[in-house]
Amino acid sequence: MELGYYPGCALHGTSNDYEDSVRACLDALGVGLKEVNDWICCGATAAHSINHKLSIALPARNLALAEREGFGEILAPCPMCSMELLKASDLVKSDAALRQEMGRIVELDFEGRTSVLNLIQVFQKVGLDTIKAAVKSPLEGLKAACYYGCLLTRPPETLRFDDCERPSSMEAVIAALGGTAVEWNYKTECCGAGMTLANTDIVLDLSHKILTNAAAHGANCVVVACPMCHVNLDMKQADIERRTAVRHGMTIYYLSDLVGRALGLSDHTLGIDRHFVYGG
Amino acid sequence: MTVIPVDELRVADCYQCGKCTAGCPVAARMDRMPNQIVRLVQMGGFEAAIASAAMWECVSCQTCTTRCPKSVDCAGVMDKLRALSAERPSPEQARHHTILFQHAFLKNIRRHGRLNELELVGTFKAAVFAKNLEIPFLFKDALLAPRMLQRGKLKLAGGSVRDRDVVGRIFDRCLQSRDRQGAV
Repeated sequence: MELGYYPGCALHGTSNDYEDSVRACLDALGVGLKEVNDWICCGATAAHSINHKLSIALPARNLALAEREGFGEILAPCPMCSMELLKASDLVKSDAALRQEMGRIVELDFEGRTSVLNLIQVFQKVGLDTIKAAVKSPLEGLKAACYYGCLLTRPPETLRFDDCERPSSMEAVIAALGGTAVEWNYKTECCGAGMTLANTDIVLDLSHKILTNAAAHGANCVVVACPMCHVNLDMKQADIERRTAVRHGMTIYYLSDLVGRALGLSDHTLGIDRHFVYGG
Repeated sequence: MTVIPVDELRVADCYQCGKCTAGCPVAARMDRMPNQIVRLVQMGGFEAAIASAAMWECVSCQTCTTRCPKSVDCAGVMDKLRALSAERPSPEQARHHTILFQHAFLKNIRRHGRLNELELVGTFKAAVFAKNLEIPFLFKDALLAPRMLQRGKLKLAGGSVRDRDVVGRIFDRCLQSRDRQGAV
């Protein structure tokens, strides 16, 4: 299977461990990724906070580029990117005048034919039975708190993915890998997202609650499918511990890390050894 | 005259159940809570809503909009208030870290097409320093930098887009009717 690939800025920056992990594990599953040529930033929170039109135009340019290359489907492993791409796609598909205006603004006409997938959807496309059959080292002893955060499921009418209050698609992947997922309360609570630099206290407080609840329900790791969630829970964990005087020592995995491990890939190949909290 | 698209955001339908505020992870930090902001906008108190700092605490998690039993787009109200406040911020708002961050972010992607993280940290900190003279803030994340470098997570040169000019033109076309929105 070959998919178009929209890495987004985070995976080409601080979260390059996520990109290594996604690429290695999908390669092992026979999924080829072809990067959308000359993609640009989706605009993220800054664009939708400050200019509505810009928040449609930036993702629209990427959809148009992907369509020009003939991609029927693209993977956007960052939920912020995939939400912005999906939102823009829905808007232009339902409004011909807006579509024409966007074609003019982004200098490329497009129909909105490319669909956008998150990482979990790609695993579902490969097939959980196929993944299960490919497992070489089952994740015995793993007790994962699957953490979805905000934008994998919200807003539900845009994402149309899983249950927005009680999602379970990551748990199904963990089960296929031979691991155990714990029930807990903070699956869809916000970690503070892009406030990491601008309003750090919010991030530290919210992320502390998430880590605390995961541990209270017996988890020995938290699993994410979002670069921002990983930054806030992993890279900022030492700051959380300093602020709250509570030791967490919680390992945070990308979902692709665990799929890759179960398929027999090394922590180094998957970039796990570059996490801040690394228990081996 | 301030324009808030109250119909599109379904503000009139709010009956003050408070579910938005109950689920909001940052309501406790806001000077006016989400249900109070919606009420203000519903009653035409646009100026008071824009003068609030609530929207600059909002983390855009979409929980309020998702849970609203009347489909009021509360997160959309916050977006609109941010856009209006960014156009003509009060001196208090102009110093707010979040507003300075969003402007630095957009400037950065306008310039490079993609985010250059190191440059963003630099311009954001410089902006905060210029407005607030917060010296500790300048060095707050300095300890993180060597640990990020060690892990290959800090790139000195960010990725750039070949056709960067098109990004500038997209910005111009989106912002042209809005007086170029200050610093962006």
